Amino acid sequence: MNFEFSDEQKQLGTEARRFLEAKCPPKAVRAVLEGAQPFDRELWKGLAEMGFLGVAVPEAYGGLGAGYLELCVVAEEMGRVIAPVPFSSSVFLATEFLLVAGSEAQKQAWLPKLCSGEAIGTFALAEGVGAATPRTLKAAVNGGTLTGTKLPVADGDIADFVIVAARSAPGSDERGISLYIVDLHGAGVTREPVATIDPSRSHARLTFQDAPAELLGAAGEGWSILSQVYDRAAILTAFEQVGGSDRALEMARDYALERMAFGRPIGSFQAVKHMLADMYVSATLARSNGYYGAWALSTGAAELPEAAATARVSATQAFQHCSKNNIQVHGGMGFTWAFDCHLYYRRSNLLALNLGPLSQWEDKLISRLRARNAA
Amino acid sequence: MNFDDTPEEAAFRAEVRAWIDANAPKELHAELATAGFGSGGVKSVDPMAASKAWQKKKAEAGWACLHWPKEYGGRGASPIERVIWGQEEGVYSALSGVFIIGHGMCGPTMMAYASEAQKRRHLPPLASGEEIWCQLFSEPAGGSDLAGLRTKAERAKSEDGGDDWVINGQKIWTSGAQHSDWGLLITRTDPTVPKHKGLTMFFLDMRSPGVEIRPIKQVNGQSGFNEVYFTDVRIPDAQRLGAVGGGWGVSLTTLMNERLSIGSGMSTGFPELFDLCSRIETANGLAVDDPAVRSKLATWACRQSGLKYTGFRAISALSRGETPGPENSIGKLVAGATMQDIAAFALDLQAEAGIINDPEISAANARFQAMLLRSPATRVEGGTDEILRNIIAERVLGLPADIRVDKDVPFNQIPTSGAR
Repeated sequence: MNFEFSDEQKQLGTEARRFLEAKCPPKAVRAVLEGAQPFDRELWKGLAEMGFLGVAVPEAYGGLGAGYLELCVVAEEMGRVIAPVPFSSSVFLATEFLLVAGSEAQKQAWLPKLCSGEAIGTFALAEGVGAATPRTLKAAVNGGTLTGTKLPVADGDIADFVIVAARSAPGSDERGISLYIVDLHGAGVTREPVATIDPSRSHARLTFQDAPAELLGAAGEGWSILSQVYDRAAILTAFEQVGGSDRALEMARDYALERMAFGRPIGSFQAVKHMLADMYVSATLARSNGYYGAWALSTGAAELPEAAATARVSATQAFQHCSKNNIQVHGGMGFTWAFDCHLYYRRSNLLALNLGPLSQWEDKLISRLRARNAA
Repeated sequence: MNFDDTPEEAAFRAEVRAWIDANAPKELHAELATAGFGSGGVKSVDPMAASKAWQKKKAEAGWACLHWPKEYGGRGASPIERVIWGQEEGVYSALSGVFIIGHGMCGPTMMAYASEAQKRRHLPPLASGEEIWCQLFSEPAGGSDLAGLRTKAERAKSEDGGDDWVINGQKIWTSGAQHSDWGLLITRTDPTVPKHKGLTMFFLDMRSPGVEIRPIKQVNGQSGFNEVYFTDVRIPDAQRLGAVGGGWGVSLTTLMNERLSIGSGMSTGFPELFDLCSRIETANGLAVDDPAVRSKLATWACRQSGLKYTGFRAISALSRGETPGPENSIGKLVAGATMQDIAAFALDLQAEAGIINDPEISAANARFQAMLLRSPATRVEGGTDEILRNIIAERVLGLPADIRVDKDVPFNQIPTSGAR
């Protein structure tokens, strides 16, 4: 058994950390949070130059041609610094949709641009408050054009193209849903930024009125492709969450060592120590479950759906747990705009809902465990 | 990253599987697989005889204490081979419960501190199950605060003029003392120095005159734990382990092994609960289809899986000849609390009849009722949840140690519960 990243993969992680600590300090996250720009363009350019936007993309399409384990390692580092860039939209979703379902021409058209950072891609499913299901989706494609509204769309205001899940046939069946690529600079597209709980990652409302839409994957296969890509993205996002959990725990630990009260560091009080120990437990479980996901993703194992849901649920819980208790350990200072705790608190709650809420992933996990037990 | 056996590991696994298939007490398989948690295993035959028979068979074929050196009754196996054995032994490993303390803690301590002759005398029969060992550490005055122990050891001359120690005092929570032939005993040899500095470790014959064992009746009706009283018990100085006053360091060797062995592969009760939920009806239909149930199951599934893969990470480190990281310290903390929650929930699913503790009536042979009544002990034994959190906070996260008001005070001047 070899259930560990290789030395080369760890080395890549070290390089990514060095780069991100230099290029993405908390003030870079704040610059986006406070509205100076919708994302950190300099950082995005740097990530492209490092090859991090195409880690798992074959060299023929402009990527590094490394693998998913390498991408997981980079994702964790992105999560540690809560990078204010469209990494998840472009790399975990747009790129993966193209790799999983794109035609050769579509891959040739978009993947090199995604890897070089020349284009940003994203994915749009939700249509406002409430769960998005094959039954509830209203956005529809007729005669090659898309009409409808998608809200919220991560990076919808800055992306160059979006992959949209839309109705291609009437009815409530998932076979009525297909995927389409829509050029966001084209006709019939309106984009408006929306306010979110984490303004360090931009989100938008996209309104389509007869916008030209190009089918991605087979008609009627949209929901099934979506499910596959979401599983992959869930594992990659879990690594972001694991990175964020670790960093939130470290911030809390460091503050507990430095902050004095009653004549001693607050980290010497058991109430604080035990809170931190519990955060470590959550973060460790999430990391180990993440490794399970990474293994499944990198090997294309039959366990991938189950591993993805496990990694996702565990990492969501851990990041929310660590980020909220990081504020608690910091006391009143943790609630100030000046301290960085809220950046992690915001991001943990944003990531908890990107790709669908915890309850949906819990539900998927149990369905998948049942399916395996029945098999 | 892969879970695959290397060719050598696969060959070893095949050998293990073939041997177990040919030699395991298959007539006990069904009973072991469904035995109530903490119930002591089989009932159809004498459990101690069944345990000893299986251990002896394993030892004769070289499958006992795999990681120990061959000359001490082991196999000199690699850590990964030990893991493979554990995976293949499966339900039959329940028969080894009575040997866990000896194999997991006393043996490694003897290996580190006993003389060569003592190791050759004591380790092989410990490995083969012919002799059972217990660990005499906790006392009424010192559980979590182990270094607060008071059992006294004083020097004396033996009848033939040799060096002896005379032991007086009391131990408690001694697992398996009533079955034990030998015990690992920590004592206070100097009460005038600070508490960690006046301790000394010995091993002794549990049938020595002056040793009295009283089983403690537990919450679940079983008596796994005992009180052990010492009245003028004599131990030859040759059975001292480590230096006089060096007992604390020796005990850390033992406890390190305790937490490793207890923490690995601990049961959470999740697979059993998932199985129950797939069979039992709630007011909303099959339990596993109920969204409220599914949400809880998902959280527990992640804990179960997180522990499993944390273990795999440790195994991978062992495989490469590295020391596993501190992440292993979460095992018992997570498993104990999870099992207690799962047990209560499994009873809830059985509705009013959840109170019934009868294998003939209750779901799953009443194993969840057994879990409910046993799991409180899991959160206490081998380091309470609170001590484990302290360990994680201090040794893993680097937080300051608790302020210990008694740290530099001579032991005999430390205030005690009875002294006010």
